[in-house]
Amino acid sequence: MAEKKTNRRDFLFTATYAVGAVGVGAVVWPMIDQMNPDASVKALASTEVDVSAVTPGKTITVLWRGKPVFIRRRTEDEIAEAKSVSLKDLKHPEKDEDRAKNPEWLVMLGVCTHLGCVPLDQKGDYNGWFCPCHGSHYDISGRIRKGPAPTNMEIPEYKFVDANTIKIG
Amino acid sequence: MSEHEYTPKSKVGKWFNDRLPLLTLANHLTDYPTPKNLNYWWTFGGILTFCLITQIVTGLVLAMHYIAHADMAFESVEHIMRDVNYGWLIRYIHANGASMFFLAVYIHIFRSLFYGSYKSPREIIWIIGIIIYLLMMAAAFLGYVLPWGQMSFWGATVITNLFSAIPLVGEGIVTWLWGGYSVDNPTLTRFFTLHYLIPFLILGLVVLHIWALHVPGNNNPVGIDIKKPSKDTVPFHPYIVIKDGFALLMFMIVFAFFVFYTPNILGHADNYIEANPLVTPAHIVPEWYLLPFYAILRSVPDKLLGVIAMLSAILILAALPWLDTSKIRSAVFRPLYKQFYWILVADVLILGYVGAMPAEGLYLLIARIATAYYFLHFLVVLPVLGFKERTIPVPLSITEPILGGSPNLATVKKKDNI
Repeated sequence: MAEKKTNRRDFLFTATYAVGAVGVGAVVWPMIDQMNPDASVKALASTEVDVSAVTPGKTITVLWRGKPVFIRRRTEDEIAEAKSVSLKDLKHPEKDEDRAKNPEWLVMLGVCTHLGCVPLDQKGDYNGWFCPCHGSHYDISGRIRKGPAPTNMEIPEYKFVDANTIKIG
Repeated sequence: MSEHEYTPKSKVGKWFNDRLPLLTLANHLTDYPTPKNLNYWWTFGGILTFCLITQIVTGLVLAMHYIAHADMAFESVEHIMRDVNYGWLIRYIHANGASMFFLAVYIHIFRSLFYGSYKSPREIIWIIGIIIYLLMMAAAFLGYVLPWGQMSFWGATVITNLFSAIPLVGEGIVTWLWGGYSVDNPTLTRFFTLHYLIPFLILGLVVLHIWALHVPGNNNPVGIDIKKPSKDTVPFHPYIVIKDGFALLMFMIVFAFFVFYTPNILGHADNYIEANPLVTPAHIVPEWYLLPFYAILRSVPDKLLGVIAMLSAILILAALPWLDTSKIRSAVFRPLYKQFYWILVADVLILGYVGAMPAEGLYLLIARIATAYYFLHFLVVLPVLGFKERTIPVPLSITEPILGGSPNLATVKKKDNI
């Protein structure tokens, strides 16, 4: 058999496939992207919370982006406990100072990093939070200490607008 | 496929059949030669077809009254239960129908495992079956979310979060699945769409499943290849039709018992509480038919590995025709496999039980041992057994053990084994 030479027709086939693939991609992408969060969902990205009624040792739960956010006003003992933990004992080492900039206030997503359940307050082996779904224990800084969750509970972006108001998001 | 050519008797029939051979297909289905020793474990194919059609019909009706919106879904289900004429009946049939569907599919799968129906030349039938099973699990999960109760919401949260275990892109995939930053209205509406779509995908695959079955023909309790048609076979109609029909009636009695006498026993009371994104129920369990896999997920302490273990537990089934190295199909002639088969059945039941229990202490230990054994069965026991096992000689035909002349007298005497 004679050696096959690239001819005009081969070029036309390749060019047609290439343009066709781009066309298919251009049609498929909107079909996929339509499932991502839409403009109205993104518009609800921040929320302001009045925390004046929260006394030390209490936690309130607020809804932000459809997820619960725990706002805990920690007691002196709790802050001391959170700071005393050695980073070597942590599965996901993070200093308490990095998690709670104002140590009295711990603001974090109340979502277990395992599979997204809401952990229960003041439960578990470390007096922090305990996730009832698959048994993850968190300490008073929301750091994972025991169980299947891979990381500490997430800290959302937040700031104190004034002494009594926290803006999340 | 049919051995003989078929010609319709009437002129009109012939005219039509020459243009679209539907009558040839109907004739193939009625005359289809079936092994005459099929026992009642073989009736579950027909029962499953019934289950699928029941789910599609009741589902269509429910969709006429259900409202897929986070603010209205829960109430619209109560509206179906209280206001819609016979709504309670239709919803209870649909909800319990899912459980009945899985009950039947598990019997169907374990029948295959016992009689080696997944082996050559039936691998494609088996793999299509596994895909159908996966789609059934997806449909069941999506459907369970629709009433928007507490179990719906948190079940959806936990299952979609499984994808977050994927490195790098996991979180993005979860947000994409949700259409937001948590399970919410966009999630509900897309789940409804997909729940509506999947049964029709299953229906298409069922056609392929039956088509692939009709190429080699049915396996049978003796597990030998038979000539078709021959004195070892009977036509599908009326012999198998009437046997399937009888078994279906028995099955419908069980089905009706659940629907009319204890319609909520297979569900969870927490799903009669409307979804609340701030409170997770104290004890989340999936529906009973997913419990063994849930137990496997929880028995692994690492998030990603747990998800991988759970998925592998299902996908390993697709490789079964190649993991089982024995040439003998039926467990009747495999004395060791038969024992391991029952150990596997027990293992899966144990996994189901511990899946329903809290993941701690002794339950966790049992779940870990049972998970290890599950994989051991498929990855070690089955491949090794094919080489090591001394099998009992198989008869040359279905009639042989009954009419005598079998090379194996012991099999002839123990007729109840076949």
